[in-house]
Amino acid sequence: MSRQVVAHASEVAPGSCKIVVARGRDIGLFNIGGEFFALSNRCPHKGAELCRGMIVGLAQSSLPGEYHLSRPGEFIRCPWHGWEFDIRTGQSWCDPKSVRARQFQVRVESGSQLLKGPYLAETFQVSLEENYLVIDL
Amino acid sequence: MNIAVREAPTAQQLRVVDCDIHPVYRTPAELHPFMSARWREHMATFGTHFRHGLHGQLPYPRMMAAGMRMDAFPEDGPPGSDIELMRRQHLDANGVEFGMLIALSRGGMEERNLDFGAALSSAINDWQLECWVKKEPRLRAAIVVPQENADDAVREIEKRASDPAFVQVMISPRSSDPLGHRRYWPIYAAAERCGKPLALHVAGYSGGHPSTGSGWPTYYIQEHYAMSTGMQNTLASLVFEGVLERFPKLKVVMIEGGFAWLPALTWRMDKHWERMRAETPHLKRSPSEYVRERVWFTTQPIEEPENPEHLADIMEWIGWDRLMFSTDYPHWDFDDPRQVFKTRLTDEQKTKIFRDNAKALYGLQ
Amino acid sequence: MKVPLHDAIDCDLHPALPGVPALLPYLDEFWADQLANRHIDQLPFTLSSYPPSSPLSSRPDWRVASGAPAADLGAIRRNVLGRFGVGCAICNPLHGALALFNDDMAAALCSAVNDWMARELLDHEPRLRASILVPGQSPDLAVREIERVAPDRRFVQVLLLAMGETPLGRRAHWPIYAAAEKHQLTIGIHAGSTYRVAPTYSGWTSYRVEDYVAQSAAFETQLLSLVAEGVFQKFPRLKVVLIESGFTWLPTWLWRTSKTWRGVRAEVPWIDRSPAEIVREHVRFTLQPIDAPRAEPEILLRTLEHMGSDRLLLFSTDYPHWQFDADDVLPDGLPENTIGKILRDNPRDTYPRLGAAPALGESPGTGEKEAR
Repeated sequence: MSRQVVAHASEVAPGSCKIVVARGRDIGLFNIGGEFFALSNRCPHKGAELCRGMIVGLAQSSLPGEYHLSRPGEFIRCPWHGWEFDIRTGQSWCDPKSVRARQFQVRVESGSQLLKGPYLAETFQVSLEENYLVIDL
Repeated sequence: MNIAVREAPTAQQLRVVDCDIHPVYRTPAELHPFMSARWREHMATFGTHFRHGLHGQLPYPRMMAAGMRMDAFPEDGPPGSDIELMRRQHLDANGVEFGMLIALSRGGMEERNLDFGAALSSAINDWQLECWVKKEPRLRAAIVVPQENADDAVREIEKRASDPAFVQVMISPRSSDPLGHRRYWPIYAAAERCGKPLALHVAGYSGGHPSTGSGWPTYYIQEHYAMSTGMQNTLASLVFEGVLERFPKLKVVMIEGGFAWLPALTWRMDKHWERMRAETPHLKRSPSEYVRERVWFTTQPIEEPENPEHLADIMEWIGWDRLMFSTDYPHWDFDDPRQVFKTRLTDEQKTKIFRDNAKALYGLQ
Repeated sequence: MKVPLHDAIDCDLHPALPGVPALLPYLDEFWADQLANRHIDQLPFTLSSYPPSSPLSSRPDWRVASGAPAADLGAIRRNVLGRFGVGCAICNPLHGALALFNDDMAAALCSAVNDWMARELLDHEPRLRASILVPGQSPDLAVREIERVAPDRRFVQVLLLAMGETPLGRRAHWPIYAAAEKHQLTIGIHAGSTYRVAPTYSGWTSYRVEDYVAQSAAFETQLLSLVAEGVFQKFPRLKVVLIESGFTWLPTWLWRTSKTWRGVRAEVPWIDRSPAEIVREHVRFTLQPIDAPRAEPEILLRTLEHMGSDRLLLFSTDYPHWQFDADDVLPDGLPENTIGKILRDNPRDTYPRLGAAPALGESPGTGEKEAR
């Protein structure tokens, strides 16, 4: 395991993404309200540059015609097929193979009950050390 | 657990023919050198005139970047407008030996002012030549025509007929009458004469009809789906109106309409034609026979069954020589040649789909 | 496949419907008078989708001497119930009232047809059930008719045509689904068009065979309309049957829709699971027509595998429409337990109001019937 400084914290403004290269890997650095996350820039679906997609919130609804936004700025939508990935965990949403309870109620506050898929974008531990972002590889 | 994407061929190892690439102009001014003053002024004053309530904007908004890949924006201009970026990001990176251009921007296909449509078509064709094909030897163009006015369409085809830079005649299947209708037959005669296939590429702007045959859908997810049912209707029209019988050398390429629906449609056409044959005595063979011989399909957006082997059944039923790889660069729902087939294919099958079928159809050396 | 089958449930039967004169006793005074004095009682009310002499509308050996389809009660007993061993058949009335623009007149005729079916068919043959004919283009009037007829439990379904003026998932249609869900009535979407708009996205086809082929594409878009608009979220107990739709197009629909949905999920965020799952739970398909080559039964078997569920198909003859020859109502090569599901289990699960098929001669008990 090696640790590598990849950027100064000021280079990753809140709500943005910066793509860096560390040990030959393309990695996207994200700043969500002062917390930092790192995702592999390679979408596990078909290999697109995931981190060049759109940073979005989570659209939820319990009934047609109702719309709620939760967790603004915490998801990335892949530029190729639009799949949504949780920046914090790399978890993709929406997969037909997942099992879900029949009586499903969507609660708008938390994203944790949404349908999870087996696709995980690869995540990396990133820590802030004296204003520098450090990745564990 | 984290999933690593499996290793895939390098650009050097790949050699593909991409049957669907969309060039875009940075601004309409790029067309000016190819238009008379009269039409430059018309374009500036009145603009395009389509069968929709919004000007210069699709009434079913896309999900991101007007339907483009967010990672395909050049420094300046929309995705698809920068030949350098196209080379670097796509042609070079993905081993594209030949790329078939499908120029969708404001062509003559849907323009209600027929004379303006003719002028636009001619301008787009000149633009494809000067700004793309002449600069990049891997690219080939398609003849854009003002399809709702057959006379002008034929004129434009004949203008380009002997130019090998143009490998096909582009028609929107989302027309004002189903494409098998006899008012389009002069276009097919001209295409057949010059030996170029018809390229039918899905279109957002309509010929004035709702996309479903039962009214206008509400959401983009439906509008996107209707591209495949529309292609099915179009194919049935070409078959049942006798276009494939009347023009025995005409070939047809169906682009970006999907392909997995084809076997079920041919079975359905055959079954019901068999019973109702008396209505269409001009058909000398079954629908599936015409399709098997004269129609090709590009692969993008590729269907992704839960069990990838099911797609192999479909491809077997269609025929390994009928499918041609495409990416739809720079639109969203792009298919990367390294990742596109989850189904197990033999090397021979891959080679046919990735390049040999297209090379044979388009006569590419 | 040998016939007779054992107590099969036929989910698509088309009895011959009477001319307007025979419906007059079932209309109120105003309509009976108007239809007669306007000579509307001389009009055939045939849907354009099924011209009586067309090969589609009737198999040649199922016609009477005059050429009309043989679909009176006697013919149904002989050619369907007896011949195929059908223990229960659902009558789907295809009546031209659906294509009228005058919603009130359409509603009056629909009511008369429903009452005629109850009196002239269901009262005389306990093996028959029926779909409620409603003016689908006017949801208020459709609901009124559903509420009126629902107490008669021999009516098991609400009939809608596949191709109308607006896609069936749109919210304006929802009162119909609410009423159906409330009364455990299945929604039956049957092939056919009122031709309010061009039947394809590029306009008007020239040939009837084209129109009929285009029906399957219309079913694809209608199915997506129901799913995309969230009809099955809003009405979680609703069941929908696509009737005479073909079904070999379904695997591609499931694949394409599920893939696209993952990328456009935020546009329709009420869709809480894959469209493929939604359809496998809520939607069924009648058997005829089987759009697959009869000479290659393995193709159909593979397609059934692609569909990913053995609960989707419901047996049907589509009598007297010409979908098969001789007694070939079931395809060859189906595994035994699949046959049982198609013939009996799946229809029972789909039509909660079906109850047990009564023995011959028994009346099933029908609840209140409103006399005219």
